[in-house]
Amino acid sequence: MTGRTLYEKVYADHVVAQAAHGRDVLYIDLHLVHEVTSPQAFAVLAERGLEVRRPDRTVATMDHSIPTKRTDGKLQILDEAARSQLETLSRNCAAHGIPLHAMGEEAQGVVHVIGPELGLTQPGMTVVCGDSHTSTHGAFGALAFGIGTSQVGHVLATQTLLERRAKTFRVTFTGRAPDGVSAKDLVLAFIAKVGTGGGAGHVLEFGGEAVRALSMEGRMTLCNMSIEAGARAGMVAPDETTFAYLKGRAQAPKGADWDAAVARWSALPSDPDATFDREITLDASALTPRVTWGTNPGMGVGIDEPLPAPGDAKDATEKAAREQALAYMKMEAGKPLLGEAVDVVFIGSCTNARIEDLREAARIFRKHRVKDGTRVLVVPGSRQVKGAAEAEGLDRVFTEAGAEWRDPGCSMCIAMNGDKIEPGQLAVSTSNRNFEGRQGPGGRTILASPPTAAAAAVRGAVADPRELLR
Amino acid sequence: MTGHGFQFRSRVVTLLRDHVDTDQIIPARFLTTTTKQGLGEKLFNDWRYAKDGTPRPDFPLNQADPAVSRVLLAGEDFGCGSSREHAPWALVDWGLRAIVARSFADIFRNNALKNGLLPIELPEEPHRQLIAELERDPAAEVVVSLQAEELTLPGGDRVAFTVDPFARHLLLEGLDELDYLRTFADQTVAFEAQR
Repeated sequence: MTGRTLYEKVYADHVVAQAAHGRDVLYIDLHLVHEVTSPQAFAVLAERGLEVRRPDRTVATMDHSIPTKRTDGKLQILDEAARSQLETLSRNCAAHGIPLHAMGEEAQGVVHVIGPELGLTQPGMTVVCGDSHTSTHGAFGALAFGIGTSQVGHVLATQTLLERRAKTFRVTFTGRAPDGVSAKDLVLAFIAKVGTGGGAGHVLEFGGEAVRALSMEGRMTLCNMSIEAGARAGMVAPDETTFAYLKGRAQAPKGADWDAAVARWSALPSDPDATFDREITLDASALTPRVTWGTNPGMGVGIDEPLPAPGDAKDATEKAAREQALAYMKMEAGKPLLGEAVDVVFIGSCTNARIEDLREAARIFRKHRVKDGTRVLVVPGSRQVKGAAEAEGLDRVFTEAGAEWRDPGCSMCIAMNGDKIEPGQLAVSTSNRNFEGRQGPGGRTILASPPTAAAAAVRGAVADPRELLR
Repeated sequence: MTGHGFQFRSRVVTLLRDHVDTDQIIPARFLTTTTKQGLGEKLFNDWRYAKDGTPRPDFPLNQADPAVSRVLLAGEDFGCGSSREHAPWALVDWGLRAIVARSFADIFRNNALKNGLLPIELPEEPHRQLIAELERDPAAEVVVSLQAEELTLPGGDRVAFTVDPFARHLLLEGLDELDYLRTFADQTVAFEAQR
């Protein structure tokens, strides 16, 4: 028998039964739920008189539409539809006995930040959520992927899904990333290389020296954006970094269970003779900070590289896509983005709102103030991240530099809660999507790492963070 | 959603863009709903309407009648981005029954099939031919058949496509996936017991 990949091991471990037409019934260990993609699924259960099969394997939070700004010291929901949706989640969780981390509560936060920090996400697990960035949890060597609301209903009712085995794609980053080049830059470089559909039908496994050197926070950033390459999921093999992160977390195994778990997790990495359907190697040591210039995450360049000309596109459709993107973004081909005036900087989201991301940004804000006229939001990923940052004094670093320090939530990544940019404004954002209007109708988004976002805040323009980190 | 038998004749709404993402199909600010109905009004909202809410006459959907146009033609990587099932809900609510594209994002394809919306992936040549035929006559019709897995172009050429065999089986037989999944309840109990 030939070796198996990490993905193949985790998948095989969860096959309950073979179903019709090449489908498997796949067992789900952890189901994360939030307010936006769950109401219609609970409604299906109610219509059919079904129970939630394993409320003990289900955890809910509020993140997408909640306010992050305090008014008179309180978080007030101003949007009536959002309020009704949040109340629906509370009601559904209470009715089915599902633990809910509601707005303002201690363990509340962005769903892909709290799963790992509570120790819920563990190596070798299957994790799903009605959210495409569920791929984040793959950083632990879990098989984690986003599902639609129909499938949220399937998991609530049966704790299983009908799945088909995906193809495998190994992404190797050789060398070490230079200072000022973070996990965000690695993944943006990868997406630019393969395109937003480049990972379709595949589960990615990230590896190589640069990935081994990443913290869990960095690995989460990497896996988070697997979906932006169209991949089903992204994974990193568990190792000592993974175990060190998990040890002592609220829901992590304890005592003898811990030792047994580590032994089991240590057998998960891909076998040396395992083969992948596709492979790509990128040199991390040659990378520079990345910025996107267009309207999907694949349209990116190194920060000092000129924007690609439509005329150099591989075919007519790519040429048209570049022309449309440049027109929407009001950008010019042939010159770099450096110096482009920026209106708003957003540091947050399930991609880059963990404590390490905030520390990276604070490195720059400790020495430099926000440029007058630039609006800067720093939104921690969870209440725990917020507490940790405040214990280190990072909140004061941000506010004294001229940035706003908010309560946790998805905020300006998805602009559902009133945190948004205005038509025509240009934002540098640590989030994951630069689609047209993603951060507010008519708004323009440049995706970048926390240091690059902080550098933009300081200069009031797209700037190279390496100059400010020296 | 099985009522139309998955064999139908339709005009085509042409939206020739690549990477049409789910934030364009249904912008996030309309996701605070707790039902599946009524999203068709917001379908492609930010492309379809001017800032003052009036329909943009040049946007293809605004030139089409959902009573006769049940097929949307797009480019590569249709439905990339978020997992929101609100995207197929909005497309179906407007009146669409099939999307013809060069390729689809995985989650969108899955979500579409669960709502009886057919993702029809065409190779480059027939895709180009369909565009050319529609340029000659924008009112021309295609015939979609899930049974035959065949798209008949306006000029009469028949192009084969494939739909995930499991999803096709459910759609043609009018079966419900959750009901089917629930037939594995005993195996699931056994699986949990042996872990």
